[in-house]
Amino acid sequence: MKLWRFNGGLPALAEHKNESIHLAIETAPLPKQLIYPLSQHIGAAATASVNVGDRVLGGQKIAQANGVISAPVHTASSGTVVSIAEHPIPHPSGLPAPCIIIETDELDEHLAPSPIEDFRQSPISELINIVREAGIVGLGGAAFPTATKLDVQNKSSNIQTLILNGAECEPYISCDDRLLRERAEKVIEGIDILLYILGAQQAILAIEDNSPETFKAIQKATAEYANPLISTVKIPTIYPTGGEKQLIKTLTGKEVPAGHIPADIGIVSLNVGTVYAIQQAIVEGLPLTTRIITITGDGVKKPHNLEAKIGTPIKDLIDCCNGYTSVAERLIMGGPMMGFALPTDEIPIVKASNCILAASSQEVATEKDPMPCIRCGQCASACPASLLPQQLYWLSRSDQFQKAEKLNLFDCIECGCCDIVCPSHIPLVQHFRYAKSAIKSQRLEKQSSDKARDRFEAREARLAQEKAERAERSRKKKEALKNKEKPTLATPKAPLPSDNVEN
Amino acid sequence: MSEYLLILVSTILVNNFVLVKFLGLCPFMGVSNKLETAIGMGLATTFVLTLASVCSYMANEYLLAPLGLEYLRTITFIVVIAVVVQMTEAIVHKTSPLLYQVLGIYLPLITTNCAVLGVALLNIQEQHSFLQSALYGFGAAIGFSLVLVLFSSMRERITVSDVPEPFKGNAIALITAGLMSVAFMGFSGLVKF
Amino acid sequence: MSFLVLIIVFSILGLLLGFVAIRFKVKGNPLVEQIDKILPQTQCGQCSFPGCKPYAEAIAKGEAPINQCPPGGEAGIAALADLLGVDPLPLNEENGVEKAKMVAVIDENTCIGCKLCIQACPVDAILGTAKHMHTVIESECTGCELCIPPCPVECITMEPVHETLALWHWQKPSDTEDKAN
Repeated sequence: MKLWRFNGGLPALAEHKNESIHLAIETAPLPKQLIYPLSQHIGAAATASVNVGDRVLGGQKIAQANGVISAPVHTASSGTVVSIAEHPIPHPSGLPAPCIIIETDELDEHLAPSPIEDFRQSPISELINIVREAGIVGLGGAAFPTATKLDVQNKSSNIQTLILNGAECEPYISCDDRLLRERAEKVIEGIDILLYILGAQQAILAIEDNSPETFKAIQKATAEYANPLISTVKIPTIYPTGGEKQLIKTLTGKEVPAGHIPADIGIVSLNVGTVYAIQQAIVEGLPLTTRIITITGDGVKKPHNLEAKIGTPIKDLIDCCNGYTSVAERLIMGGPMMGFALPTDEIPIVKASNCILAASSQEVATEKDPMPCIRCGQCASACPASLLPQQLYWLSRSDQFQKAEKLNLFDCIECGCCDIVCPSHIPLVQHFRYAKSAIKSQRLEKQSSDKARDRFEAREARLAQEKAERAERSRKKKEALKNKEKPTLATPKAPLPSDNVEN
Repeated sequence: MSEYLLILVSTILVNNFVLVKFLGLCPFMGVSNKLETAIGMGLATTFVLTLASVCSYMANEYLLAPLGLEYLRTITFIVVIAVVVQMTEAIVHKTSPLLYQVLGIYLPLITTNCAVLGVALLNIQEQHSFLQSALYGFGAAIGFSLVLVLFSSMRERITVSDVPEPFKGNAIALITAGLMSVAFMGFSGLVKF
Repeated sequence: MSFLVLIIVFSILGLLLGFVAIRFKVKGNPLVEQIDKILPQTQCGQCSFPGCKPYAEAIAKGEAPINQCPPGGEAGIAALADLLGVDPLPLNEENGVEKAKMVAVIDENTCIGCKLCIQACPVDAILGTAKHMHTVIESECTGCELCIPPCPVECITMEPVHETLALWHWQKPSDTEDKAN
């Protein structure tokens, strides 16, 4: 199969998959508490649909979706809702957010699932609704509500190609790899369902070429399932080939235009974990309540993959890996390139959590002092989005945000390739994140200042109106008084009783 | 035909009015902070230079020369240039008030731009015909605009770079202009003029 | 003779100029709208003008410098400098210093329902009526502080805005120069 090459990337990035890839997926035990943030996805936060003190069963919906770009939340096990309050969540800011906290009972009772025998008998809209009600979001890390992504008939886009993203390019993470090794037949069935929903002409399941065992497994499963539209392919191991736009370029040679989505060029791309969740929701009738997650790094005694319940506090998962080692220094949610540090292990995992990296000081890049930019241009050579990191750096640094936006700052995927290649160790991604969020704050401020201006002008208009009405009323009164006086003067005065008295 | 092409190449590159003849340095340094402003200034100067070049040629040819009033050349040319600049100012004020505000004092200062008077007087000195005068003025203005745009693009990038404190602002700008001048020396000898 | 010719020619040129001046006359000042869009619309009067629009008009006429607005801060001055093509000036500290965004909060235990703060608020951000509880609508308050002087029981205080996940943003990495030096 013909493959293309995207610009830049890091072909020689150390992969660190061996630490966690050799053991089978272990089912993590039930934790004492399950903590569910209401916002685990892109879009509006869900709204709680249970109250404190309610008893819930596994698979029950505990929060409703809020609008089109939103997703419901389900609980993984039975228990009692103990509180709906602010709790630390996995977010780089460290700020808390509203969460539903459930104390599990040992019973682990579940709602009866509603499986479908033959999905081809159901209308497509019904299948998409099942995906929506199951709370499925992109499990590769982006967490975009999948049902909204699949609902392309409304947008009249013609989808030709379905791409399944099994290219786990970030070092240390191996959850998708293990999923494909152990449960490939279910993933292939999920691909079949998606072909039916989207009406695509072909489906390509892509993995990196550093894992021949996994490739054998998916080839076997594809051959057994025997749908001629599904093909598998090995792509060169280059970071970040698993990025959606980079993968599309590699497999089809097409580039997604800036400001557009892949559906606009007839392509839909989904992570294999999401596909597995779709198969579970439709064929086995289960909502999204668990996911495969990699717990790895020198900081845990037994790094491997777990099938964990979403909402499990991280410390319970670390315990399942036999606890911390003596060299554990930092806890990172995600991989070493795009992850962020966590302040505590009381934080729960969410739908998009694909890896917990308990890093030793060796594994964390030491923060070298940045030196001045020597304008070498290595960053531009390495950028997989074909941007100009050097120019974006100069502009972000001097707060010239409009110019940075014109140079496609928002197309930056924050992969970190430019950071790694910079000989002066400049933290480029940090500068770009700062610039992006400064632009967003400026937009918000502009919105609120426009609103304030409207309110001020409305108030001025109202006061002027009131003044004019008052002036009008007093003018009318004056006129009325004048009119009253005139007739009184014209008629002769009637004699008063006092006149006679005086006389 | 080739003669007119030669005039253009000469005025734009070989004998560039800013970097080789060192005329018109005032707006060159003053308006080159931002690229948009520089482009606006370049367009305004092109309009003024071409029109002034033609009008001064005609004033000299059909008014001063037949009446033997060559000694009034300088005054006449200055008045002609001033009128053209005033007209340009009114037009810019109407069509683009922002550009008018941003150019500020430099728009009426085109009157005193020595490149404009220089072109007018050089046309007489070189004994150019009508078409040659027009092309000479147009080429001079294009050369001015070209260098202004190049310089302002460079200045925008230099402003955000790590310039040592004593060099910040006009100092590094003048050094850059000097280096550009040295670069343009590479064109000398291209045209035997 | 030469005098006559010159006078005639120059008169013709003068007439031409006059015609152009009338034909291309500019009405109003669209620059004011562009300046007003940059100003933060706090309507606080710290710039010594009665609102943001009058300040914008003064800047357009060249009667006021661009560094009078504390709520706009350094970013506002930089944007004005960029628009007008002038050098940015440091903020005029006499009018106030640049602070984090604050909103007014009314202490409900002390409020007597006198409506004086409602009349003072330039954006109608205070809800309430005579002899009834007054409260500040947090999302509409611009932090202008005009409600604090009129209150007879001094029950209004300024508090920093709640930092929520939606408002959080990344900090600027420290400059290479600071670290290299």
